Amino acid sequence: MLAKRIIPCLDVKDGRVVKGTNFQGLRDMADPVEMARFYNDSGADELVFYDITASAEGRGLFTDILRRTASEIFIPLTVGGGIRSLDDFDRVLKCGADKVSVNSGAIADPGIIGAAAKKYGNQCVVLSMDVKRVDGQFRVFAKGGREDTGLDAMDWAVKGVADGAGEIVLNSIDTDGVKGGFDLEMLDALAARVSVPIIASGGAGNREHFAELFTHPGIDAGLAASIFHTKQVDIKELKQFLREKGVEMRL
Amino acid sequence: MIAIVDYGVGNLFSLSSSLKALGRTAEITCDPAKLRTADQIILPGVGAFGDARAKLDATGLVPVLLEEAKRKPLLGICLGMQMLFDKSFEYGEHPGLGLVPGEVADLRPDLDDPALKVPHMGWNSLEIVKDDPLFRYFQPGEYVYYVHSFYAKHCAESTLGVSSYGGVSVTGVVRRGNVWGTQFHPEKSGDAGLRLLKAFAEL
Repeated sequence: MLAKRIIPCLDVKDGRVVKGTNFQGLRDMADPVEMARFYNDSGADELVFYDITASAEGRGLFTDILRRTASEIFIPLTVGGGIRSLDDFDRVLKCGADKVSVNSGAIADPGIIGAAAKKYGNQCVVLSMDVKRVDGQFRVFAKGGREDTGLDAMDWAVKGVADGAGEIVLNSIDTDGVKGGFDLEMLDALAARVSVPIIASGGAGNREHFAELFTHPGIDAGLAASIFHTKQVDIKELKQFLREKGVEMRL
Repeated sequence: MIAIVDYGVGNLFSLSSSLKALGRTAEITCDPAKLRTADQIILPGVGAFGDARAKLDATGLVPVLLEEAKRKPLLGICLGMQMLFDKSFEYGEHPGLGLVPGEVADLRPDLDDPALKVPHMGWNSLEIVKDDPLFRYFQPGEYVYYVHSFYAKHCAESTLGVSSYGGVSVTGVVRRGNVWGTQFHPEKSGDAGLRLLKAFAEL
């Protein structure tokens, strides 16, 4: 059977990895290529690079980092951040990305999912969503979690999959940065609606949170950033621990 | 030199980088002369079978591939492996290269659990059913990275390795003579994948 995946996420700004809490107060952490190498050696199953740069200069630094990483690390690489057009897909795929994740870009232009899936295949298109509870509804937020779009998150996911998204990253704004565990209620609601792989994001604080996550069969992967970057949780030890708990893991 | 066949399908950056990381010269090419002088040939591929076959035909390289496969190692990866077979049933029926007996069919109807996700995407362990020089540096049960919705069947005689998914023994590695194929992506399978490529590069 397929192994569950452990995925560190590297938020890159101006060529450096940063990670905030609740999307605010960014802290500089490390060199992205160094970190990618470290995670590959630790047994990470995939890497996510998130470009949070706004400037054209920063974007150039980002693709350079991507190219350098893909030249020496041979596990799947997913790239997100600032993906708004097929040209953006093309730009990062040429630098060695395997999957491209769209978030705000799909909200601004929902047609991008279908167009990219047709051109590069569903397996290449990841729909990433920042979701928060508003008036008892799971609501999609845009612009790094600052703007309520009014969209129902579950309907949005179903539409994204119908258009060709091959995977979904669900980031719960409610649990992000809190380190109290993944948003299992939100994740279960999503798993009940779509049949593509789901990557859980937001809330991991310790290894038990991952063990708890993988008791939910609809979830394929757990993604985290700061707890891995600060070595609060070591990926090698985490995967060993999960395997002992009976979770299928690539060791 | 290892020639990677360029017929406008898929992303070849990682594949050529992985061969470079092994210290081998890789050339992404559609030049028949390069295929003739190469030590080994890799046929990559992603996407739909019919479309890829049409693009490969358009390069005029098929006769060269069929000829070269008689005298040097050829490795098909993912859709490139599927094209080695007699035919595929992906959106209609399409002829393959006929280098390995068998056919390519939809994985979905063969799974024993309708809740299982297709594509079969992610890391699965590879069980070795027949030993081969390709596995020189590979341990049975190591994990490899798959992304596919169709799979090769009726090819037991050529099958070297399989992965289990939803009650199906998914064909992972095949060989017939000089022709090898992997359904998974060795260039995305971490260290284990690099070791398979290293063994291929030494064939």
